Order: sequence, then structure tokens, then C-alpha cells
Amino acid sequence: MATEAISVQHLSKVYATRDGGVAALERISFSIDEGEFVAVVGPSGCGKSTLLKILAGLLSSTDGSASLRGTRIQGPRRDIGVVFQAPVLFPWRTVLDNVLLPIDVQGQGRERYLPAARDLLTLVGLRDFERRYPWELSGGMQQRVAITRALIHDPAMLLMDEPFGALDAMTREHMNLELQRIWMEKKKTVFFITHSIPEAVFLADRVLVMTPRPGRVVDDLRIKLPRPRGLDAMTAPEFGEYTRHIRALFNVKGGLDA
Amino acid sequence: MRSPKNIALSVLLFCASVGAWEGLVRLFEVPAFILPPPSQVALALWRGFGSGLYLQHLWHTLLETMLGFIAGSALGLVLGTAVALSRPIEFFLYPYIVMFQSLPKVALAPLIVVWFGLGLTSKVINAALIAFFPLLVNTMVGLRSADEERVSLMRSLAASERQIFWMLRLPNSLPFVMAGLDVAMIFALIGAIVAEFVGAQKGLGMLIQSMNFNMDVSGQFSILLILSVLGLLLNRGVMMIRKRVLFWDPSEKERLDQERLSA
Repeated sequence: MATEAISVQHLSKVYATRDGGVAALERISFSIDEGEFVAVVGPSGCGKSTLLKILAGLLSSTDGSASLRGTRIQGPRRDIGVVFQAPVLFPWRTVLDNVLLPIDVQGQGRERYLPAARDLLTLVGLRDFERRYPWELSGGMQQRVAITRALIHDPAMLLMDEPFGALDAMTREHMNLELQRIWMEKKKTVFFITHSIPEAVFLADRVLVMTPRPGRVVDDLRIKLPRPRGLDAMTAPEFGEYTRHIRALFNVKGGLDA
Repeated sequence: MRSPKNIALSVLLFCASVGAWEGLVRLFEVPAFILPPPSQVALALWRGFGSGLYLQHLWHTLLETMLGFIAGSALGLVLGTAVALSRPIEFFLYPYIVMFQSLPKVALAPLIVVWFGLGLTSKVINAALIAFFPLLVNTMVGLRSADEERVSLMRSLAASERQIFWMLRLPNSLPFVMAGLDVAMIFALIGAIVAEFVGAQKGLGMLIQSMNFNMDVSGQFSILLILSVLGLLLNRGVMMIRKRVLFWDPSEKERLDQERLSA
């Protein structure tokens, strides 16, 4: 169980600007076990998206190291699935074709993955929509297609960058339940970025709390709520304690006025 | 809008204006070499098609236009792609492209006719030169307008630049390319007619000019009518292709919905 899925050591990122540089991340260290659901919470500008881009291989770090499953990240790799804030679907592809995009890119036979694609679409409740086009779907449905696409090549881990940030509150709660269900079924490692404290506490085994300027991890909180968690878990006293604790961290560090 | 009542009204309006034109020309005895009555235009049309004269020239102009459209579009697509994909090509070529853009390209027609003669070639080249520009610019812009997030997604999947081009940039540029084709089609017709004006042995443009020398104004009117119908049909043709290719484009969908509403 305790093999490391993600290991980050003294990771720093400085963006070059005219007057020197801005430190987006400063000597961040943490590790995530295989199968763990870790949420990163922090206000905008705390470098959490930068962190995800480095893990996805889309951005290089200035200093320190980041490894996935024991190998150093040197660029994009095929054993991860990324979900962005927007669904980022291709409008000229049907739902099924969108889901199969990673397979097309990797040049693997579509036929071999068709059953898997259909199973995943069933899992997210979109089996009857496989021939539809993205513009025929609601925002929540589109994001579910994006999650399906991230899972199709059976990656070891999912990187999610505020995937539900653009959805309305009701849809968002529903998607949180869905994601928990998918995670409990698929047992993937999930690295989940959000700026919503309740969302982080609701979903995660562990919450990393980040504050901005420079981006730092100020707390690493283990959430000991039983699973599966229903929406009523949010009204439990422990839930309130976790969220209060995290909010207090932001107030001390002045992070929320960012 | 398309209720039987409105259609009837529109037909009535058309008949009334043609009738008024006929009546006024007769009433004020306007000479036919200034403004012919519609009946004479219709007669010229009838004779022209009856003798096979118009069809022969129409065919020639259509051929020039289509060949020019195809050649110009292909050239625009290839050059636009090259400029969009390669910084060096853009750096060395783009200034000339901008210069060429600001030039009224019909002014090239006399030179083209001197260089390539009175036959088909000069017309096709002139049509292609005028048609190629909208394709060049639209292809360039279209290929470069791929959404940053979509590019990031492709990169995160470890896609090669080649894959990003074929799977993302190219389909993404299609709405721009189709809009370019729309314009290029009409431009090609203009190019062909202008080159025929300058010097030709066949074609509707040449026919207009020789009718002008003979003060056959009703003949010219009948050709203008043919040209506007031809332009309309060519435009419709491109639009039909566009609808098929861009079924997924939201702006296209909006237009379809509007057409459905007004139907």
C-alpha cells in the first residue's frame, strides 16, 4: 500500500519577470501514497495550478525534484490523466470520440478500448450519449466526459485542476459524490486542486493547505471521516472542525485577502 | 417570415416594381440605350439563350471562375499553413503578403493579360490571385487560434506537434477556412470578369464589353442578371459544403437554428 505515487522534494518555481522574478512555489515537499485522494486547497495565486502543471509535465521546475512512481518528471507522460477546470472537449468529436482521444494520440487500437470506454461512460451515466456532440450536453455532463477521457488509458493517477469550479453549486455537490464513487471503484491516486475548503474536506483523505507569495504548504491534514461520505457528512461536527481549522490557517497567514 | 401571405406579398412587390419600371420607361420615352424596359431585357435573355450564345460564354466564365477558385484556394491554404507553422517563413514572407494585401488586385489584370495572353490561362490566374488572399489570411488565423487549454490537453497526453496539428489545429481552423472559401468564390468570379474586360475572346465579361460598344444596353442588363444569379448559386454551393463540414460549429448551429425559426 505505502508505495509512493507522487514524491515532491524542495520544489521551487520562479517565474521570470522584468524586475527579477516571482516565486510561485518555494521549497515544497510532500509525498502521496498509491491510491490516496489528496486535495490541495488555497486561494488564487498560491501556486497550486503551477504545482499541477509541473506534475503533469507541462512546466519545468526551477529547483528541487518531483517524481511519479519513482521516476523523475521530465515532460508529459502517459501514466497520468489530467482534468482541467474547463471540460476542454473537441466540438467536432462525439462524446465517444472525445473519450478515445488519448487512445488516438497514443496510437493504440481503438477497438481494444471500446468496451472500456463504454464501461466508463456507463459508470458516469452517459452511456446513452456516446453519439452526441459536446454542445448537446450540459456543463456537468461535459465535465463527466472529461473525467472519462482522463481515465480511458487506465492511468495510475488523476491530476484534477479545479474540475468543478465552473459548475453551479447543486451540480458541483452531485459531481463530488460522483467523483467519490468513481474513485472508490477505480482506486486511482487522485491529486485534486480546489479553492473550496468544504469540497477539499469532503473528498480527500488528506488536505494540503497552501498559502501564496511565495507558494508554500502550511499544513498537511488527514481527514478521518468514514467512507462513502454522503452529503450529510458536511453537517457532522468533525467536518466543521476541519473546515474551521483550515480557514483559520488562511486568516493567520493573510491568505484570503489575495 | 415565410408565411404564404408574405410570399404572395413579396411576389406582388416584385411584379409591381418591374411593372413600374416598364411603365415609367414607356411614359417618359427613355431611349433604350440609356435604360431599356424590362420587356426588352427579357427578350435579350430569350434570344441569347435561344441561340446558344449565352450558354457558350456562361460556360467559359464558369470554367475560369471554378479553376481560379480551386487554384487560388489551394495556394492560399498551402501558403497560409506554411506561414502559420513556420516563424522563418512568416518573417521573410509576411511583409510581401501585407504589401500585396493593400494592393487593389484588379489593377493587376492588364499585366496578367499581357503576360498570359487572351485565352483561358490569364483569366484563371487573375481569378486565382484575387481568390487566394482571403484563404491565406483565414487559414493563417484559423491555425493559430487553437484554444490554449486544448493545446495543453494535447501536450499533457504527450502528443507530438504533428498530432496537435492534425487532431486539433486543422479541424479548429475549418470555420475560418470555410469563411475564406465563401469570400474566395465571389472574388474568383470578379477576377475572371475583370480579366475578360481587359482582353478576351470568350466569356460573359467579354460579351458585356462588346455589347457596350454596340450600345446594346438591354443585352448588358441581361448579362448582369445572369452574373448575379451565377454569383448567388456559387455562394449557395459553398454554403452547402460549409453546413456539412461545420455541423459542430456553435456559430453555424446558431445560424441553422435561426433558419429553422424563420422557416
